[in-house]
Amino acid sequence: MKRKISYFRLFLTMMQISAFTFGGGFVIIGMMQKKFCDELHWVKEDEVLDMTAIAQSAPGALAVNSAIIFGYRMGGITGALVSTLAVIIPPIVIISVVCQIYDVFSTNRIVQIALQVMRAGVAAVIVDVVMDLAGKVIETKDAINIVLMVLAFIASWICGISSIQIILFFLMLGIVRYFLERKKVAQ
Amino acid sequence: MIFVELFLVYLQIGAFSFGGGYAAMPLIQSLCVDGKHWLTTGEFADLTTIAEMTPGPIAVNSATFIGQKMAGLPGAIVCTIACILPSLLIVLLLAYLYGRFSELAVVKKVLGQLRPAVVAMIASAGMTILILALTQGSTGSWIPVHPVELIVFLLCLFLLRKKKCGPIQIIFLSAVLGTAAYLLI
Repeated sequence: MKRKISYFRLFLTMMQISAFTFGGGFVIIGMMQKKFCDELHWVKEDEVLDMTAIAQSAPGALAVNSAIIFGYRMGGITGALVSTLAVIIPPIVIISVVCQIYDVFSTNRIVQIALQVMRAGVAAVIVDVVMDLAGKVIETKDAINIVLMVLAFIASWICGISSIQIILFFLMLGIVRYFLERKKVAQ
Repeated sequence: MIFVELFLVYLQIGAFSFGGGYAAMPLIQSLCVDGKHWLTTGEFADLTTIAEMTPGPIAVNSATFIGQKMAGLPGAIVCTIACILPSLLIVLLLAYLYGRFSELAVVKKVLGQLRPAVVAMIASAGMTILILALTQGSTGSWIPVHPVELIVFLLCLFLLRKKKCGPIQIIFLSAVLGTAAYLLI
């Protein structure tokens, strides 16, 4: 299961991702997919999606949970600890500094502008990742899954249904579909 | 002993905040503002703003904010460790099980079923941040799209798709280009 990975590289990459990722847990998943799957080839695309689903089903922040499971998958317990440490250092440092200079930080025009336009860059990264991932789901030509993907998107984005509820629903659906197919094979 | 109290409160926040940062906020409020009076309502509002403006998960950001305020840097570290400890134990167990049983037919089928859902949720997060970027958070209306953000977004997407640029470079580039454009206009 262990791949040839460098803990130092893992630490640095995870720290960069944590320091630059605005916009919540699923954004960080997109960044990890880009770095660890597309660039470094330490994990496969399917594994990324599996691990995200697992990370989402545990309590705690998705970013931290996915750092733990990605780290473990790539480098065992040591990998998990290295990657967890890397993901929490930037928030500790950034928040400690921002607390000291909150007034400057929240009123400075350049800081405001930079934070605003950075979102456009983050959005581009996520759109890029989604185009790849959705493309893979469409390529399977499994019509049910394609429809379900669109429905899940509508449920999440338009109806605002929480991701944990969506995951639970798909989990049950997966179990039902498994037993239905097994029944069909048995007959 | 403040460190023990901080540790226990953040252990609860870490263990019971299912479903991301915005689910953690009410829990943090009830424990740290209403329960322990570590923060005033005004400070909690500041915390929310800071957590939104900075990278990093909201729960972890709040751990540093509250720990720092109550007991300096050691407090921040104690809160952060307490906050991630439940995740670490539970996720490691799940990761181990995944490694062991991911080849089982039923596990394969169920995880395969979850994939379209995960893609949809990443897409949903992407749409939210894209609209936030293009409209500068002026909610409700699509129309006031800001041209600088739109150009930066399209340029970044082009560089990612065609030139295979790294994501960190892209985000950095967007900050530099966008800020320069605003200052020049």
